[in-house]
Amino acid sequence: MIEYNFAYLDEQTKRMIRRAILKGLAIPGYQVPFASREMPMPYGWGTGGVQVSAAVLTPDDTFKVIDQGADDTTNAVSIRTFFERTAGVQTTTATQEATVIQTRHRIPEEPLNDGQILVYQVPIPEPLRFLEPRESETRKMHSLEEYGLMHVKLYEDISRHGHIATSYAYPVKVEGRYVMDPSPIPKFDNPKLGDMAAIQLFGAGREQRIYALPPYTQVTSLDFEDHPFEASKADHGCGMCAATDSYLDELIIDDTGGRMFVCSDTDYCEARQAAGHIGKDNGGKDAA
Amino acid sequence: MQAETLSGGFADPSLHSAHAFRSVMEAMARPGTLQDISGAAPPAPLSPAAGAVLLTLCDTETPVYLAGDADTDAVRAWLAFHTGAPMTGPSHCTFALGTWDALTPLETYPIGTAEYPDRSATLIVECPTLDAPSATLKGPGIKESAMLSLPEHDAFVKNSALFPLGLDFIFTSGSRVAALPRSTEVLCADSKPLSREEGSA
Repeated sequence: MIEYNFAYLDEQTKRMIRRAILKGLAIPGYQVPFASREMPMPYGWGTGGVQVSAAVLTPDDTFKVIDQGADDTTNAVSIRTFFERTAGVQTTTATQEATVIQTRHRIPEEPLNDGQILVYQVPIPEPLRFLEPRESETRKMHSLEEYGLMHVKLYEDISRHGHIATSYAYPVKVEGRYVMDPSPIPKFDNPKLGDMAAIQLFGAGREQRIYALPPYTQVTSLDFEDHPFEASKADHGCGMCAATDSYLDELIIDDTGGRMFVCSDTDYCEARQAAGHIGKDNGGKDAA
Repeated sequence: MQAETLSGGFADPSLHSAHAFRSVMEAMARPGTLQDISGAAPPAPLSPAAGAVLLTLCDTETPVYLAGDADTDAVRAWLAFHTGAPMTGPSHCTFALGTWDALTPLETYPIGTAEYPDRSATLIVECPTLDAPSATLKGPGIKESAMLSLPEHDAFVKNSALFPLGLDFIFTSGSRVAALPRSTEVLCADSKPLSREEGSA
């Protein structure tokens, strides 16, 4: 603790990030530029999320980190340990107990409450970036609300695949104004973005952008009248806990093509198993 | 240099500013709610809440405009010592501080540009009370509707019509803080006082 300022970053950096967070909350979905710092981990390992977490944490917080739903991957464990050491915060893996949750590419299955803050790690914050590489142009497109190109992209999906094949980082429109990249969460999670009780903050370290969704913000996934948005997941039950309502990862379990589906949210899955729900790959009779 | 200038800052800057920021962030994310904020003892006429907001958000990168009675030598010296923020007029400020009458008219403050709507001023409005909800609010951060005590209505209706441009407001009174971002729709003037419970719904 004594080797670092509280939560690692110096006070002026935190003030700068805090001002960006407030403007982000005031203009939901708009990407606020901020002066991202070098962190003791490489870009791409969640430096944006870490800086946002550092700016919002207080010593009273209980901190949880998930990486694609899992509390026990390298990235999640190292970020959790980082804030244990530099901020002295309590950490947990239980979604309900956490007050600040940093996440990479998932929203927890358990509905979040109004005492919680969800911090997303974002690789590419600009939803239009792969359609238009110039920042000067995408900024102009946002200012003019010129989002036709995004609909063309979704339409091309339909013409090539017969349906909208975009399955993660599915673009959303916030309060009818800004088109926003929800970070590479599966589109299964998109419906949870809107009307959430918790505050959602998005940090992109390498790209130096912060954006936010206040609680109960209207968030709509882009779609067409004849091809409405559909939140999809693997059509199975969880092999470990038999849940049929959670997002599943597909695991290859042997060299002969054997596979199983398990919840990507480890806390949700473990809590269900502890409550006696047993899936078919876990000694249970069959998935519900 | 007077003792008043040197004292009144956060006793533990990193911890106090972390807590103070969470109060401001909750207020900004949930318009209509009142949050406690503490840790600062600024010179009169600033409220402890306004002092804490300034200490949490201002530094050498944020020009501050002190409006009306808030512009005293004691306040300037205190802000200079604790934050290093440069003083400026309303047209170039990042933060403005004062009572509503001193801060208005709003036309002179930067409201951001179409490409950078975040480059806009945040007004810290010192209020005699936050306990007399007078306006109905709707929009992001509000489940159905919320109530907030506002010094007037038309200016806020006009401001929210500028979205995504516009000003953001932080209201301070005693040791409490509330906020009104530009995204909030200010619905109607209602002079009947309503209870806090409805205000924080």
